[in-house]
This record gives sequence, C-alpha cells and structure tokens, in this order.
Amino acid sequence: MPELTSGLGPLFTDPDPDAARAFFREKPRALINKVMSVKDAVAKLIHDGDYLASGGFGVNRISTAVLHEILRQRRRNLGFAGHTTTHDFEIMCAGNLDGEKLLARVDASYIVGLEARGLSPHARRVMQSGEVDVCEWSNYALACRFRAAVTGVPFVPIRSMLGTDTLKRSAGKEIVCPFTGKKLVAIPALYPDVSFIHVHECDAYGNCRIKGITVADVDLARCSKRLIITTERIVSNEEIRNTPYWTTIPSFCVDAVCEVPYGSYPGNMPGEYFSDEAHLREWLEVEKDLDAFRAFLKKYIYDVPDFDSYLRLCGGVEKMKQLRAKELLLPSA
Amino acid sequence: MPDYNAMELMICIAARLLEDGSTLGVGTGAPCAAAMLAQKTHAPSLFVAFEAGGLAPLLPSMPISVGDSRTFYKGLMATSMCDIMEACQRGMVDYTFLGGAQIDMYGNLNSTVIGPHGKPAVRFPGSGGANDFASLCWRTMVLTQHDKRRFVAKLDFLTSPGFLTGPGAREAAGLPKDTGPYKVITDLAVMGFHAESKRMQVESLHPGVTFEQVQANTGFELLKAARVTDSEPPRPNELRILRDEVDPYRYVIGR
Repeated sequence: MPELTSGLGPLFTDPDPDAARAFFREKPRALINKVMSVKDAVAKLIHDGDYLASGGFGVNRISTAVLHEILRQRRRNLGFAGHTTTHDFEIMCAGNLDGEKLLARVDASYIVGLEARGLSPHARRVMQSGEVDVCEWSNYALACRFRAAVTGVPFVPIRSMLGTDTLKRSAGKEIVCPFTGKKLVAIPALYPDVSFIHVHECDAYGNCRIKGITVADVDLARCSKRLIITTERIVSNEEIRNTPYWTTIPSFCVDAVCEVPYGSYPGNMPGEYFSDEAHLREWLEVEKDLDAFRAFLKKYIYDVPDFDSYLRLCGGVEKMKQLRAKELLLPSA
Repeated sequence: MPDYNAMELMICIAARLLEDGSTLGVGTGAPCAAAMLAQKTHAPSLFVAFEAGGLAPLLPSMPISVGDSRTFYKGLMATSMCDIMEACQRGMVDYTFLGGAQIDMYGNLNSTVIGPHGKPAVRFPGSGGANDFASLCWRTMVLTQHDKRRFVAKLDFLTSPGFLTGPGAREAAGLPKDTGPYKVITDLAVMGFHAESKRMQVESLHPGVTFEQVQANTGFELLKAARVTDSEPPRPNELRILRDEVDPYRYVIGR
C-alpha cells in the first residue's frame, strides 16, 4: 500500500451530494420570465458570506456588470473560485480596501495575474496580507470540482497535482484505484452558492447560447445553486426551440436573466468585441497608488448607478465600434 | 554583434524542436511565438491546444490571453478546459511549454509564492494549467531567462512537477509513465536532463557563451552532456517570419 498524501488546504464548501440534491430538489423548474436588472439580481441572489464563481476566462466573456454591482452593494466575507480569474479577480480584490473585506476565502488555481499584461499590484497586496484564506488547485483540478458536482458524486479522480506542493496546499486527497492500484487524486465536488456567466444570447427563461470556447461554464452553470446570466441580447423562446442544439445552458439552472450589451467589457467577447487593453492597462497602473486607485474606483464604479454609465465613461458606442472592428480583424481597427 | 537578440534565438530554437503533426499545449508569450513560427516554417500541421478550449487555430496574431478569441480563430474546435486537459491525461498531447519564477535541477517549477504560503513575500498566479500540462503532457519544455534568482537549489514552492526528487520519483508519485521535463531553453544555453540521474545538463551553448558562464548564473551544479554543441543561430528565413508575420509589434521579441 503506497503512502497517501492528503492536502492540508481548507475545504470551503460541502461536497456532500445528498445535501446538494436536497437543494436542487427545491430549485424552481418552471418556464418563467426571469428578466431583471443586474442591481436587482445581485440584491436578491448574492448575500454576505456566499461562495461565488465567475464564468468565462478572466478577461474573456466575463460578467463585468455583476462584479461591479457586488462592489457597489458592498457585499462582505465572500468565498470565490479563482478558476482562471484575472480581471474578475482584480475587481473582487478592489473590495478589500481600507479595512473592508469583500474577499475572505479563495480556491486559487490562477489569481493575481492578468496573463501577458502582468500582475495586479492591488490583488498582490490583498493576497500577500494574509487576510484571505487560500486553497491551491490546478486549473484542471478546479474545473473537475465543478465536474464532480455536476455529476452528482462527491469527487472525481485525476492524475495531475501528484507529488507537488500544489497538492499539499489543496484539499484533494490521494487514493488508490481499486482496479489498477494506481495513485490518483480525489477532487472534491464544489457547489458554488452563486455563479455569474456572460453569454451571447438567451431567452427570457434563461436558455443560453455561448459562441466560442465554453471554458468550464457548461459545468459551472449546472453545479451552481443560484445562477445569474448576463447576456449580450435576449432572443425569443421560439428561436431557442428552432435550434435546440445550440443551447449550452438550460433554463432550469438559471435564476436571473440580465440583458447587458457589451457586458464583458473591458474584456473580450468572441465574435462581438475585443478587450480594451488601454483601460485594462490604466486599471493596473492606478493600483500602484492607493489614492489614485480610490479615485479611479469612485469615478468608474461607486459614483455610477449602473454598467451602462460605466460604458459611457469609457467611451460609449464609439469605443465599442473600435473594439468590434478589432475583434473582427477589420482593416479600420 | 549578431543581428538578432536573445529572445529571438530562444524562440527559433524552441520552434525547431516541434515536429510537424505533433500536438502542443501552449500559453501566451514566447511559447506561442515559437508555435506560430514552427507552423509557418517546418510544421504547418502542428496541432496547438490552449487550456481554455481553443483547438488548432490558425493564429492571426499573438493572443493576449490563453482564452481570447484569437485562440480559436479558424480553429478546428472551440471546446472546454476539461476537454483539452483530458486529451493530455489520456496521452494525446506531445509537448508543452512552461515558465516560472523558479526552477530547480530536476526541472520542478514554482509559480505560486516566494516566502511562506500563508503570508507570502510575493504572490504569483499559482498553477493555472501549468501543473496539469507538466503532469500529463509527454514532454515539458521550459523557456526562461537564465539567472541565479530563477535557477535555484531549492524552490520556495513546488507548483508543477519536473522529475520531483530524481529517478523514479514521478512514477512513485503516481504521475503517468514516461512523462517529464525535456528541454530548458534560456538566453544562455539549451539544457536537457541526464537519462539516469534526471539532473539538468547543458546540451548546447549559445554563440559566445561558455559553460562556466552558464554555471555562474545557476544556483545548483549543472551537468555537462557527453557532447556539448553550439546552438544554431536564427536562420534568415526564421528571423524574417518571426519579425514580419509572428510578432510584427514586437510584443515578445522586444525592440
């Protein structure tokens, strides 16, 4: 019998499939109109202490409007799945400023960085302070936590993380395969309290279409207890029914539908608009100085009522046209 | 003075190691430039997979994110992270390119923290997909600057597995058989790993660089391959394609 390692990291959520089944038993299935404002969706569905997960890939197809609204409504003591998080994580960290604590617990597979753009000075400040509890994972492991939850089993076995400190600081546990005797890592199911996913199209009930890579969102949508969808546009239920093979998230997973054109800005939305690199760069730059960062957050988030106002501050339709040309590789870009 | 810089040399060497028809799990930056250069020279059907779900794109330009829309531009498929990582786990992905803040003599990588984990002096992003690629792809390659701060005797945190503690350690840990580090390409040299000891060894030296110079920039004792060769400088057609087609804005290759 080989020696087996158990990760020392904290398990922030309950992987018990029967507890999840009891919750999902009560989740409404009816085809009802779920269209509401982002403000109402966040007020109704996201509470202090909740564990959240963000769809997309950090700065690609993210639900920026929901992230901003969480800051505006000053939620506190949240858990967060840092699964390929970049700008979304940066926004969450903005809530940990001047003694306020939005972020308290993080399952981290990719945090703090914005890939080729560099590291976020403020996210590093927050994560180096020791005030946030961290559990490490690899990207695949964290995606498999959603996968286990979707499947309705307490864990799934994988073959990465073995032999590393990533495993030691995770909440995974080594097990022995009953068929082959091989060592595997059991990855516990993760059922987020609330997730928010930005999509290209959905109907008023929440039947969604994603055009492009789905990252972990097919699973994330299904394992989340509550799900807020923001969408570039709302389409008719008839259109969904004419092409059901394009539906990637079914409405019975969805609790709120918010129509937010350009809702992934300043991130990229496949086929719609490219990321606003100048704005993302400015965000990273102002974070270096706390006074400049406070003024920036006040201007772009706390002093505006909603995401539309943020878009107007950032250049409005003219800017969106430029980003669309860039996304579509038009000669004018 | 040569008419190329260290980054251009590293990218050209990396590109030549990728065979036509092989599969590669890749991130942004220099590795992606190497993949694009290989596609535009000797490996037109190099099959590139991005961890967020982009499969076999015809990259129109360097992606900024491994999940941006360029990563599946004219691709064969836009799929999911699990789909890509499970292709690695079942043995379908030949190569990956990784980087990190620290690397040790067995090719283990740190991209998580400097200092204690609970309250680190420096927090880096963490594994991302690196641990999965390093665990599950057949051969891992590392592209990095060569200095004593990076090439250390002991990592602060072992994020992604190389040969762990040496011969047999990957297998004992349960990692898939016959996988592990293959090449480390730096601005000074190309290193491989000794077949028995699994320790890093210098295989080729870049023009004008001595073994002693490489050793002086490394925080552990390097081995010397039985035959240490001279790294081949970039060929004119490689430089032209790299500069004109792969990275015209010189994001990666610099100015």
